[in-house]
Amino acid sequence: MTPFNRNFGQGRSREGITPDMNWRELTKAGNIYEPGNANTYETGDWRTIRPMWNEERCIHCLICWRYCPDASIFSTDGKFDGFDYKHCKGCGICANVCPTHAIDMISEDEIDEQKEARENEE
Amino acid sequence: MATLKELAQVNERFVGGHRLCAGCGHGISVRMVLNALDNDEHVVVGCATGCLEVASTIYPYTAWNCSFIHNAFENAGATISGVEAAYKSLKKQGKIKEDIKFVAFGGDGGTYDIGLQSLSGAMERGHNMVYVCLDNGAYMNTGIQRSSATPLGADTTTSPAGTVVPGKQQPRKDLAAVMAAHNIPYVAQTAISSWQDVHKKAKKAFEVDGPAFINILSPCPRGWRYNTPDIVELVKIAVETRFWPLFEVENGKWKLNKKPKKYVPIEEFLKPQGRFRHLFAPGNEHIIKRIQEEVDQRWLALLERCGEKPELPPR
Repeated sequence: MTPFNRNFGQGRSREGITPDMNWRELTKAGNIYEPGNANTYETGDWRTIRPMWNEERCIHCLICWRYCPDASIFSTDGKFDGFDYKHCKGCGICANVCPTHAIDMISEDEIDEQKEARENEE
Repeated sequence: MATLKELAQVNERFVGGHRLCAGCGHGISVRMVLNALDNDEHVVVGCATGCLEVASTIYPYTAWNCSFIHNAFENAGATISGVEAAYKSLKKQGKIKEDIKFVAFGGDGGTYDIGLQSLSGAMERGHNMVYVCLDNGAYMNTGIQRSSATPLGADTTTSPAGTVVPGKQQPRKDLAAVMAAHNIPYVAQTAISSWQDVHKKAKKAFEVDGPAFINILSPCPRGWRYNTPDIVELVKIAVETRFWPLFEVENGKWKLNKKPKKYVPIEEFLKPQGRFRHLFAPGNEHIIKRIQEEVDQRWLALLERCGEKPELPPR
């Protein structure tokens, strides 16, 4: 997985704020001019268990989307469209509210071990 | 009533990348409330200091995909009412054309205790705003200190359960009733166990002309010490045991939204939570009994207010 982004507020349109800036260079009164730029700060590495989607069982009810505290479930045209692993913190609520058990929570360590084993084989 | 398929097309106003704990009830509640607004509606959000505020606006980031105004712990109501008054004036002068909604979020510390005076003032002055209280029953942000929303018997760092004191000794404040006594157009109590209920009440609160208040039960995995993924079941049990009744008060008229058919003892709600674990130790049965009496009494009073027959379902 690519390293997670800690970009000090560098959003889509503005220059970032870096720790070495002095007070004159910071925004006036600590204002933040770009709404929703927390989206560029990635919390995915908090996760110890990862939600995995089971396509056959999913009925696209979007209850998982409704109960995700991190807005980390994508939907397009009213259909489930994958997890946002860059922000998902792995709380496991989606797997618990899913009426058809279409989401499995899998340990990140296990995934890493499997990946390592595969790489060693090659 | 909109379906989830339609609601999922609405702009996300509280985006990922905020630093709330994994599985925090606040994230769910805030997304549900703001999702009741349409795409073309403008909203200004203010937050009382608390977990939500410090986790969503860490400089130089903001998780709010809308206008946000920072203020202190005790004045979320005053700040948003001031912004609303300025907007009204500018609109009258023709400097602003759009319609803008105003909403303040506060935790139970910033609403039940510290922010009560500014909230009361804002409600009394009749500003066109919505105040949403996210009740997790303690000052979770500073390390789980008791607040006046903490339930009787709960173990917190300032009401620790030990050999002499068995957790918090006072029952909780009934804030929704206090707000209803302000005679404002809309007061509601809701919980995330039913997203339809939250959506309906948030929509009503935004549409009403004048102040509205919503109280949402928002579990805290760290402070309540339950199994994090079980949040929805836990809230459901809170409603079933009648610890957290769902009701609304429209223009002084009380209405019960959910009447649990069966009698579910309060133990069902207490058991999954670590903050009540000490109550199940021998010698502490009398506190559970007191909690049950408290819940029953409040339920009967609520039924009476709602114009229903005040009786409990058979045990």
